[in-house]
Amino acid sequence: MPNFTGAEIVIKSLLSQGVDTVFGYPGGAVLPIYDEIFKEKQIKHILVRHEQAAVHAAEGYARSTGKTGVVLVTSGPGATNAVTGMTDALMDSIPLVVLTGQVPTFMIGNDAFQEADTVGITRPCTKHNWLVRDTNKLAETIHKAFHVAANGRPGPVLVDIPKDVQFADGIFKEPKEIKNTYHVRRVRPDNASIEEVSQAIRNAKKPMIYSGGGVINSGKKASNLLRMLVSKTNFPITSTLMGLGSYPASGENWLGMLGMHGTYEANMAMHDCDVLICIGARFDDRITGRTDAFSPNSYKIHIDIDPSSINKNIQVDVPLVSDIEIALKEIINTWEKGGSETQRTSIKKWWSKISEWKNVKCLAYKQAGEFIKPQYAIDRLEKITSKMDRYITTEVGQHQMWAAQYMKFEEPNRWMTSGGLGTMGYGFPSSIGVQIAYPKSLVINVAGEASWLMNMQELGTAVQYGLPVKQFILNNERLGMVRQWQELLHGERYSHSWSESLPDFEKLADAYGIKGITCSNPKYLDDSIEEMVNHPGPVIFNCVVEKHENCFPMIPSGKAHNEMILGEIGEKDSVDSAGAVLV
Amino acid sequence: MTDLDIKKGSNNKSAYNLRDPLSELTESHTLAVMVDNESGVLARVIGLFSGRGYNIDSLTVAEVDHSGKLSRITIVTNGTPAVIEQIKAQLERMVPVHAVHDLTVEGRTIERELALIKVAGSGEKRVEALRLADVFRANVVDSTLKSFTFEIKGTPEKIDAFCDLMRPLGLKELARTGVAALSRGK
Ligand SMILES: Cc1ncc(C[n+]2csc(CCOP(=O)(O)OP(=O)(O)O)c2C)c(N)n1
Ligand SMILES: [Mg+2]
Repeated sequence: MPNFTGAEIVIKSLLSQGVDTVFGYPGGAVLPIYDEIFKEKQIKHILVRHEQAAVHAAEGYARSTGKTGVVLVTSGPGATNAVTGMTDALMDSIPLVVLTGQVPTFMIGNDAFQEADTVGITRPCTKHNWLVRDTNKLAETIHKAFHVAANGRPGPVLVDIPKDVQFADGIFKEPKEIKNTYHVRRVRPDNASIEEVSQAIRNAKKPMIYSGGGVINSGKKASNLLRMLVSKTNFPITSTLMGLGSYPASGENWLGMLGMHGTYEANMAMHDCDVLICIGARFDDRITGRTDAFSPNSYKIHIDIDPSSINKNIQVDVPLVSDIEIALKEIINTWEKGGSETQRTSIKKWWSKISEWKNVKCLAYKQAGEFIKPQYAIDRLEKITSKMDRYITTEVGQHQMWAAQYMKFEEPNRWMTSGGLGTMGYGFPSSIGVQIAYPKSLVINVAGEASWLMNMQELGTAVQYGLPVKQFILNNERLGMVRQWQELLHGERYSHSWSESLPDFEKLADAYGIKGITCSNPKYLDDSIEEMVNHPGPVIFNCVVEKHENCFPMIPSGKAHNEMILGEIGEKDSVDSAGAVLV
Repeated sequence: MTDLDIKKGSNNKSAYNLRDPLSELTESHTLAVMVDNESGVLARVIGLFSGRGYNIDSLTVAEVDHSGKLSRITIVTNGTPAVIEQIKAQLERMVPVHAVHDLTVEGRTIERELALIKVAGSGEKRVEALRLADVFRANVVDSTLKSFTFEIKGTPEKIDAFCDLMRPLGLKELARTGVAALSRGK
């Protein structure tokens, strides 16, 4: 068997895994691998400006394509800079393979230059990680890494490769030569539970479907099956932030997002329903609010690929550990075989109740005066771009929630946002990853000015690779979401929650040789958005908005779904001290 | 979770209060976890416990299958039934974990632990220590004119009991292996 250097094996392994794009940043401990990348033309390497951005870009790439994202960084600071990105990917179940260089094996433990205990540091923020001490094990480990990242509940994995292992000779193996001992303990849903679910579908008088990112991770077919289930049963459906797009926003049964900043109708229906079908979501605290008052009278069904998600926060009646696609197929089949019955009359009544809630028009706002309301800005962005081949990423804060509320997603994989970790700085690099995957599509990062600054160095990456990403910055000169909480919970003491010394965004754009647009007048908003969309290159859009706008509706921490705040804050809605300790 | 029993309007609960230790009684469970004996595997398991706030009362680990490179980790933990279920599910989804057995629910188990106990004293106390050691079938593995070192094996409860008796008799040092456990029969 011919031998290759470790660095060659890395590249050969990536190629045999079908990798075409790597996001990375070089350094001493990965130089042999970069030497191979220099020679190898099949793999596109995207040089970012910070390793955190490499990981977020790979996340954007992975989420928009359904493929596994690949990252290559150096030891020590390269690896530690990647930690936030990996934690983000772990929380949102995004498949990534992160390759890190390490000091040579004989120097490990000596506090060598740029040494860090990478596998130690990243153990809690990866699904699994490996330190490879033997070049002969390298190919095998990389193939296993790809297997683990994408199978079961997806997540980030890391392979730490000491420099001497990259130089040494060893054998290369193809993926099919590897025995994967990691078996997803994916019990196929048992027939009895499937029967219970179809029985529940038959009997439900006030049903509710609550779907999440698991549907998107399961693949396009899962989204199609979800749509089929909804249209056949006429059940109302809501989704988490992570699941937007798996059921189309234009669909008749769509109630909008649920949870802390979800719609009134979605949350009220969650609270009052009698059968709750959770599909690929995890009863996160942003969703449930006060858990003891969460959907108190419903018979709960939970479909998830990860058994540890079941009964973690909310006790359910029927757990189904399964891939979503498989489970939905079997549920629909079984229910149809049994006669496709539902409680039509009751469900009709349920829908009229839901229309009453809808009539509250919880997302209504009034654009008046000379300032742009942030809701209006998102609304206009939505209206102008909705028919386009469009991908949206976001940063974290109020703008993120407004984007989730006012933008309409018709397809899965079109919406990339940091859900579980809430990582400011996610959106810009993520938009770069998406644009790499879809060079011809319109990719917009809906940003807040504070978040955007956290990874603004990526302007360099966007310019270098000619990526026409649109940075749509809702500039309220505030750490808006923090300010909102201070208003609600901390007596309007706005401690360090404003953005001072902001750059002149147009000049910044100019400095990078790209287009900058500023708009502060609602009259010119449409034209400015058109200008941004029609510009062939990257754009920084500085959208100056109302500074003290709050994001509503809102379920304050420690409150139940039926205790939402709708509009302006009244005395009885204020959060009490028990809620204030929550995040 | 089941019956958090919160008076309406008295206070608020959220996911953070879910593991209210008073809402349900905690139980002790002995888990046998079969893992690949690869570097870092113990750190992974322990990290799971510390990272998620679970308890470890006792932990033993050793390779039990040299050709298959499999280790058996025996963990005695405690928590509410919901937390125990979480612990098992979290362990099961770790990549190097092959199987998790909850010996406490799988039927009757044999649990054994070994301890070395140094007792120093003279006169009546020294005689009494020796007499009790005999009752507990502890062996003397080292002796000086001023001390004995006993070796005792048995259930953790038996060892606890022996140590309690030795304390007033001059217990100086104690080393325990932690629990090794197997299910009975079959
Ligand atoms: C890395 C990081 N640090 C801090 C926070 C806490 N945080 C959440 S939202 C927010 C303010 C975001 O401000 P901006 O990006 O301007 O968005 P806005 O809320 O104003 O729309 C902060 C500081 C966070 N989510 N992530
Ligand atoms: Mg802001």
